[in-house]
Amino acid sequence: MEPIEANFAESELELPSEPVGLNMGPSHPAMHGTIRMVLKLDGETVVGVDVQPGYLHRGQEKMGERGTWQQFFPYTDRLNYVSPMLNNVGYAMAVEKLLGIAVPRKAQILRVIHGELSRITDHLTSNGAVAMELGAMTPFLWFLKVREWIWEVQEAETGARMTHSYLRIGGTAHPPTPNFVGTVRGLMPRVLDTVREVEALLLRNRIFLDRTQGVGCLDRKLAASMGASGPVLRSAGVDYDVRKDKPYLTYGEVDFDVPVGTDGDNYDRFMVRLEEIRQSVRIILQSCDLLEKIEPGSPDDAVGVDDARITMPDKHAVYTTIEGTIRHFKLVMEGIQVPAGEIYQYTEGGNGELGFFLASRGGGNPWRIRVRGPCFFSLQCCAPMITHGMIGDIVPTFGSINMIGGECDR
Amino acid sequence: MAKILLDRLKEQFGDDVIATSSFRGDEVAEVKPGAWKDAARFLRDDSSCQCDYFVDLSAVDNLGCAEAEKGRFEVYVIVHSLGRKHRVRLITRVDGNEPILDSLVDVYSGANWQERECYDMFGIRFRGHPDLRRILLYEEFQGHPLRKDYAANKSQPLVPYRDGTFDKLGPFLADEGMPFNRSPSRDIPGDR
Repeated sequence: MEPIEANFAESELELPSEPVGLNMGPSHPAMHGTIRMVLKLDGETVVGVDVQPGYLHRGQEKMGERGTWQQFFPYTDRLNYVSPMLNNVGYAMAVEKLLGIAVPRKAQILRVIHGELSRITDHLTSNGAVAMELGAMTPFLWFLKVREWIWEVQEAETGARMTHSYLRIGGTAHPPTPNFVGTVRGLMPRVLDTVREVEALLLRNRIFLDRTQGVGCLDRKLAASMGASGPVLRSAGVDYDVRKDKPYLTYGEVDFDVPVGTDGDNYDRFMVRLEEIRQSVRIILQSCDLLEKIEPGSPDDAVGVDDARITMPDKHAVYTTIEGTIRHFKLVMEGIQVPAGEIYQYTEGGNGELGFFLASRGGGNPWRIRVRGPCFFSLQCCAPMITHGMIGDIVPTFGSINMIGGECDR
Repeated sequence: MAKILLDRLKEQFGDDVIATSSFRGDEVAEVKPGAWKDAARFLRDDSSCQCDYFVDLSAVDNLGCAEAEKGRFEVYVIVHSLGRKHRVRLITRVDGNEPILDSLVDVYSGANWQERECYDMFGIRFRGHPDLRRILLYEEFQGHPLRKDYAANKSQPLVPYRDGTFDKLGPFLADEGMPFNRSPSRDIPGDR
């Protein structure tokens, strides 16, 4: 065979020695359609990255200032939309803190149960997506099947599959259905079975381990000074969990552990989330016991505070009495009157510390609602995680942060 | 519990601490804008504070309410101690014309995106910020939407395709950013 005539100038044969720019997203499937990364590549190694969020910005904080306090609930459903109830809980507790009211025990326990169900759906989605992005489709489908079971329960309770808006300032919209506790109890072993099945598929899989272990590491000090929270922070070895550090609702009465990682890599984030599913199941089962211990008819048995200025009246009273009609009218038209003040209330959301900073200048409308979405902070940690790594590792690393556009861009 | 933070701040900064308060369990200290960065650094480094965890930074526009007399924008930062499990909210007020404040990025790297968001939404500039540009909105956006004088139903002009070139990946100056254009002459760093 004759040698090919090499007729090129020497310089044309050389590979580029300067870094190459590459635009990843927002329409890249792994970027959820909402994040753009401008990468600087040296071969396949990322040497620089500019992460640009904002493609799902809907001005929720501005919209919040236009309505009443109660009217912000549907917006919170659309923050982290894979764990909507946790956002409901965070916002309801923030307004209640500003009002200075305590919620009846039954409503508190219901919030814990629904919140933990939402945490399970959040972690199932996130872990399923990490596996899927590494080529394992089955865990994703199995996890989504379980997520659908949970959402069916929540749909029966709240009327909506994911945009629940179930909570009210001062309690919940209505009491649980009669077979709520039984259904949840029956569901929990099935959730754990699926988690076990997926573990059997993934945790001895060489491809999965190679792509996750030691990839996307995050230093714990950097994570703290960047404000990372939730599984991203805990996987780096910091045992910060709002439910333990500052117990709210009935979290102080139930027994659960906070899983902590060591390296802050993709594997640790995956494992922390898996373990949190198990811990959430423990919390839910204990909370079901607490719920059943409430004496029927006692003040604890209510699902809303007994205050005509806060809780909506009974529908029957609205249609048959003038007091009920006026109370309903004032609550809908003028809204709950919240005293002037500024507070910051934080709870453990699906992705970490979900905070609401509320400023009231009196009256029925919020002056400022600031949402501290944990994803926004975790996403900021994305640049140090993927810099000096391979371009192919961006996908699992970004997936393991569990960036939810609604919460990140608000 | 977090009272100690307020006491330490008062001890250290004296008159620069305008007021301290505790409302519904939130400890708040108001400082003069000049002491903003020093106070944050003190909270991080002092052995009895050890606030190593950056929680949040944002602002409130007080235009049109009584609070505005003290300064139109109220900027707050919340810091937390992972070891001591206490937190404090530090606030300061800046004037409505040319609002500017020292950047906290040197102290807490997490302040980077939060200050960019604050600039984006309120138009508050941060002195010493390495990369102050809009973050959630785009460079051509007119105005700062969370200001009270920005009408919620205001519409924005259509943005023509940009034909700019750029030769860097950041840091950027304010209002500088990535081109969004789709024209063939687009140039991204190092692209040939």
